[in-house]
Amino acid sequence: MSRKLDLEQGFVDLSFGAGGIASAQLTREIFAPEFSNPTLDRMEDGAVIDMPKGRLVVSTDSHVISPIFFPGGDIGSLAIHGSVNDVAMMGAKPLHMSAGFIIEEGVPFSTLKRIAVSMGAAAREAGVSIVAADTKVVKKGEADQLYITSTCFGVVSDDVSVGADRAEQGDRVIISGSIGDHGAAVMASREELSLTSNLRSDSQSLHDLVSAMLASGIDIHVMRDPTRGGLATSLNEIAVTSGVGIEIDERAIPVREGVRAVSELLGLDPLYFACEGRLAVMCAGDDAETLLAIMRAHPKGGDAAIIGEVTASPEIPLILRSTFGGSRVVSLLTGDQMPRIC
Amino acid sequence: MKFIDEYRDSEVIRSLLSQISEEAVREAGYRLMEFCGGHTHAFYRYGLLPLLPEQVTMVHGPGCPVCVLPVSRIDAAVALAAREELIFCSYGDMLRVPGSDGKSLLKAKAEGADVRMIYSPLDAVKLAEKNPDQQVVFFAVGFETTAPATALALQTALDQKIPNFTVFCNHVLTPPAMRAILDDGGGSEERASIDGILGPGHVSAIIGCSAYRFVAEENRIPLVISGFEPVDLLESILMLVRQINEGKAEIENCYSRVVKREGNRQAIALMDEVFELRGSFEWRGFGMLSDSAQKLSGKFADYDAELRFDVSYGEVHDHRACRCAEVLRGQLEPEACSVFASVCTPENPLGACMVSSEGACAAAYQYGRHTRGDQ
Amino acid sequence: MCLAIPARVTAVSGDMATVELGGVEREVSLALVEAAVGDYVIVHVGIAISRLDEDEAARTLALFAELNNPSETSS
Repeated sequence: MSRKLDLEQGFVDLSFGAGGIASAQLTREIFAPEFSNPTLDRMEDGAVIDMPKGRLVVSTDSHVISPIFFPGGDIGSLAIHGSVNDVAMMGAKPLHMSAGFIIEEGVPFSTLKRIAVSMGAAAREAGVSIVAADTKVVKKGEADQLYITSTCFGVVSDDVSVGADRAEQGDRVIISGSIGDHGAAVMASREELSLTSNLRSDSQSLHDLVSAMLASGIDIHVMRDPTRGGLATSLNEIAVTSGVGIEIDERAIPVREGVRAVSELLGLDPLYFACEGRLAVMCAGDDAETLLAIMRAHPKGGDAAIIGEVTASPEIPLILRSTFGGSRVVSLLTGDQMPRIC
Repeated sequence: MKFIDEYRDSEVIRSLLSQISEEAVREAGYRLMEFCGGHTHAFYRYGLLPLLPEQVTMVHGPGCPVCVLPVSRIDAAVALAAREELIFCSYGDMLRVPGSDGKSLLKAKAEGADVRMIYSPLDAVKLAEKNPDQQVVFFAVGFETTAPATALALQTALDQKIPNFTVFCNHVLTPPAMRAILDDGGGSEERASIDGILGPGHVSAIIGCSAYRFVAEENRIPLVISGFEPVDLLESILMLVRQINEGKAEIENCYSRVVKREGNRQAIALMDEVFELRGSFEWRGFGMLSDSAQKLSGKFADYDAELRFDVSYGEVHDHRACRCAEVLRGQLEPEACSVFASVCTPENPLGACMVSSEGACAAAYQYGRHTRGDQ
Repeated sequence: MCLAIPARVTAVSGDMATVELGGVEREVSLALVEAAVGDYVIVHVGIAISRLDEDEAARTLALFAELNNPSETSS
């Protein structure tokens, strides 16, 4: 039986690699204590869970963000928030999670512990138990410090039907808060850009905001958290899936001053920066003001705003109206936005 | 944001638009060229083109330093980047531009080349300082706005005696390209007929106003130097329309808050020391133009990547179906190109005009009205 | 060409300045432009290329404002 891990000075080496006693030790001594819940604490091969009433909703995501610590979060909390939100966007209540860790040799235990603590806190706040966890170690260079794959399981009641194909002409589009905070914060923290700012990621779980919105009884058509590719990408995808067009108003979209500044400096567009704690929602025009008020009354929706509407013109999925009557197409980007000089 | 928001004021913009409509009544219309790619991008980003009256047509110019770089020099950059033990620094704009066989710097990076995106050439010098065992090459592109920063970086490297830093210099000059557009259309028989020019605001901040005198005196065409916000663009258009109506051909400065008559004397002096003219240089769309580009002066020969690494250039042509050359000369609208948005897209660009953020084709594709998938 | 933005100088140290825009700060080179704390400079690829002339800005903005009045006479 091996010694207890030196959590302060020690670091991961390949002996923790291929499974077996050493790798289980990583799970047992670093992650499990932070995730502790009756199911996980059993340390069985599989978690046994009572089937909830309603329909099961599952979402999985892999996280490879670098740097793994950024202003306002880390890869661990991001994984929890991201998977919880994906389930919540279906109108479901997130219940359980699993997490797989691929760790590059040489990563200090203290780093992993910091991530584990962050994940535990995020999970508790979101009301989810992490019931299964696994770790693997790979050779130096085969992973960028840490990759996390997270899966979230939730339940959606039979009378809720939220889906990307449900947007209809006349629907209003509401955003729950300022856009681009996460993407801009991560961009601004890139070492090679040498920017100093107070920008922070908006990474947070939205399960409780969604719950309040659903409790209103309003028929919510679509919900989406605009992560990779930002609001522009999410709205494009929804428009195409639903076979509609969407028009948004530049004046109405909340953008923090710092996010605007980073965008102007680097020649980028806040519409394409990822949000990790925001949701876009579509409902019938008549319900919009009521839904907006409910969102604004919730601490995670204080800056919610109606930003546009769904039209019957599917030829152009997304159009942005500018402040003075101009308009332009907002299309999908090829790759990630790249700072430009021209 | 101060000195930005005021120039996006919707009341002022609407007033300017109606003023332009009122005064742009000449039957022959007004073909105005915005020379600068940054202006092209701005027109599309703010959705201004559909708001201009029918009589006013904007013709997109070649002021996109990414777009005018010939494939042979992109290939040379990619080849340099692929060398082992070499750190290749580039602006973000150049990373996706395809060379021969679609090979870009980003693809080279995926294949193991050490390609780093940087925001400032001064950062490339710092990188060289921090990595004394490796060669650091900076891929310098841009017109006169950007060349001073390269010059500063080279001055720094010289002063601090940093031996492992070199520059692959591709800086090009604005007046020769303007002459080429106005005089012989870059070698073809036609020339894009232009009634007025919107002059590049930030290039002018460096080179001043008198550099364009030939436009007024020899070509008898008005030129108004413009900033980049909607109010700037529209005010400049209004000034051009007025000159054309009055039969004038003068150089006016509508960006006086940034552009001084004499330009930036310190920048010009530094560039004179660091750079010298190349006898001729190949431009995509124009062929060989004389006295149109910079290389490092003798004093900075030790920092010249072309000398240190013995860079060679192939005989490379644009992709067969690519019509960037005509687009750059203002003779073809992006939407009129047969491969626009079908074969040639930002995901699969045939030429630089579709991949550069300020290329006319990229701007038209991203922001312009078009039907997805078909033309 | 080219992406350049007006930013306010908040500190000067030799040839370098700290500039600020919307709460975001960066060090830029002042080697080619004379500027003092409180001035606005146009920043491009990490260097100041021009100092913004606030008087000129005020003058031209006032001209634009006149556009909204019928009394506008000059260009």
